[in-house]
Amino acid sequence: MAADEITRGTNRRTLLKGAAAIGAVAAGSQLLPGAARFAQAQSSAPIKVGFQVHRTGIGAAYGRWYDRTTKAAAKLINENGGINGRPVEIIAEDDGTDPKRGAEVIEKFANKHECDVAFGTLFSHVVIGSAPRAGELKLPYFVVSEGHHVASGMLNRYTLQPGITDVKSQVQSMAPWVADNLGKKVTMIYPDFAFGHDHRDYFSEAIERQGGNVIAKIAVPPRETSFFKYLPKIPKDTEVLYHVMVGPGVLTFVKEMGEYFGDDRPEIFGFIDSLEAVDIASPGLEFLEGSHFWEGYPRYAGPNQSEHDKFYRAAVGVDDNGASLSDPKDISTYAHMFGCWETLHILKAGMEAADYKGPKDRQALIEAVENMDVFPESQAHPQGSKLFNGRTHQAFAHQHISKVEGGKLVPVHKTSIFDTYYEDEVDYTKMSF
Amino acid sequence: MDFLSYLPFDLPHPALLLAGVLEGTVLAAVLALTALGLSIVFGIMRVVNVAHGEFYMLGAVLAWFVTTWVAAVTGGPPWLGFAVALVIAPLVVGAIAAATDWLVLKRLNYDPEATIVATIGILYIIQQLALTFYGPYARPVEAPFDFRVATPYFGYSGYKLVVVGAAIALMLVVWLVLTRTRIGLVMRATQYDRETAQAFGIPVDKVYAGVFALGAGLAAIGAVLIVPIRQADYLMGGDPLLLSFIVVILGGLGSLRGTLVAALFIGLADGLISTIYDATLAKILATLLVAMVLVFRPQGLFGARAA
Repeated sequence: MAADEITRGTNRRTLLKGAAAIGAVAAGSQLLPGAARFAQAQSSAPIKVGFQVHRTGIGAAYGRWYDRTTKAAAKLINENGGINGRPVEIIAEDDGTDPKRGAEVIEKFANKHECDVAFGTLFSHVVIGSAPRAGELKLPYFVVSEGHHVASGMLNRYTLQPGITDVKSQVQSMAPWVADNLGKKVTMIYPDFAFGHDHRDYFSEAIERQGGNVIAKIAVPPRETSFFKYLPKIPKDTEVLYHVMVGPGVLTFVKEMGEYFGDDRPEIFGFIDSLEAVDIASPGLEFLEGSHFWEGYPRYAGPNQSEHDKFYRAAVGVDDNGASLSDPKDISTYAHMFGCWETLHILKAGMEAADYKGPKDRQALIEAVENMDVFPESQAHPQGSKLFNGRTHQAFAHQHISKVEGGKLVPVHKTSIFDTYYEDEVDYTKMSF
Repeated sequence: MDFLSYLPFDLPHPALLLAGVLEGTVLAAVLALTALGLSIVFGIMRVVNVAHGEFYMLGAVLAWFVTTWVAAVTGGPPWLGFAVALVIAPLVVGAIAAATDWLVLKRLNYDPEATIVATIGILYIIQQLALTFYGPYARPVEAPFDFRVATPYFGYSGYKLVVVGAAIALMLVVWLVLTRTRIGLVMRATQYDRETAQAFGIPVDKVYAGVFALGAGLAAIGAVLIVPIRQADYLMGGDPLLLSFIVVILGGLGSLRGTLVAALFIGLADGLISTIYDATLAKILATLLVAMVLVFRPQGLFGARAA
């Protein structure tokens, strides 16, 4: 009771003093009290990060794990003092894995929530639909999308992808290994939208440089639920079947592939996208034994697990098999979601380098990130070291190839970062803000 | 086979043809079952049920809940949960449909325009409830049994062939009920002349609720059969709704025979065209065909011209 009295008394006194002070200056300027309040609020107010997330639609499984990873990263950053001493607040909005909705979400971040930056989403068509609006609203937009649309120059100065490599990097670093170890006559099955087209175009180029060629290209609509009808189009002389699939039907896709081939299958090289959030040991996937997958970040913690991976797994809540600690059937999207963790840490570094105070410093933030070039392997970058190209707004990193052995993914090859590098196609730093 | 080389086009590879026919037959079987429900509801009640696809989705989602629950409680094999789902899912969906009829359609006096708008609303309500309680994810239901049938060119899921057989058996049952039983007689009487049927003491309200439940239940059975092949997700009702409408319009609204023939035709055409050429082309052609039928034969291929 006594304490309450004191507090109340103090409050009343403070209030009276404040009122007197305001009364005094208000005579001089109507604006001053408002300005003073703003400055005070700014120093402790949270930095608002608009998080565009696939809660529904064909990307929902990715969204679930992007959400968990983002929350874990924000919690860690806040425990360590936030950004410039200010806490980070994640404001999540569902984009429905839909480009139109994605652009609306960007508008909400800028106009309704008054976010400092936008961040998040994966599916390439959502990013391509949202980025122009972010550019118009002059809202920095940090994507974790994999598509080549950032580095190709298709987007704008406000859109950056510093936390994950793009498809062009991934596939060109895979092609030499595929040609040397699996075969040179490749048939590709990929989803029929921007992301799949990046696979088609850049892998075809890359395998031709290795003396191989793509003998058939099979495009599947992204909302397809039945895949058998596409499989008879695989030519008989295919040496390597290259598959990458997304959406709710991925497990059906891989199962039907197993029914189709039985024991008599070509070499199979898949992007783990085809089985992200799916247990490799699911019934019907036994035929995958001995086949290979690209992984952005190995799902199973192997004997060479780094301390950073150990820390990151525990923080996000993922066990050694890549599943949720609370539900072993809830498999993560381990090969992609680290991008959220790393991007938030880059955002922190960028804001601190730019001495970011509020929306007027957005350009300084982008310039600060553009000036970055190396992200060494660390707690902030558990997937490994990265090179960042400020001109193309794109990061480059090690890639992994894993083999299915005993229903698990076992890493068999790790590329160098330079295997993923390609010449600049754009210089965003020359574009005006 | 030399004469084939004189053809002005290349014949598709037999592997493509076989795959197209197999996939087409499976689609036709499930489609017939789903479209039959839509057709019966329209034929007897004159209600265009836009929420039909959502009853299909509910069937699949319930199948997931039931199989998961049975596996957790009894630890039994996949076929046990599946068998329970095959009984429970259509019953629950049928009960929901009967309640919908009593709560909504009856209060609108089955006015054709009002019921279309009302069922659009029901579509969204069911879909969003499924999103809330089931989630946005696609979840697999394990097939009750699985064996691989080897053809000369590729392997095929034995379960899919069983689905075809099960669908045919179910359609036979529906046909027997409608033509050989007292319930069927009452239904047909209501279809023929609602007021006279009522005058003869037929409880038209109950018949309508029953018919609506039957239509939804058929969609649900179709979904339970298909879910081990396709997985269950809350947006899966869209495609079957579109295809069912195509089939029912093509076959003639209210004509069961027309519905079956049209389902077979659309299923096989979709299977063959999407295997040999392109899946999107198959949908384009089916929709174009419907447009043509509506222009030149609005009563459908087997429908009677409205008096």
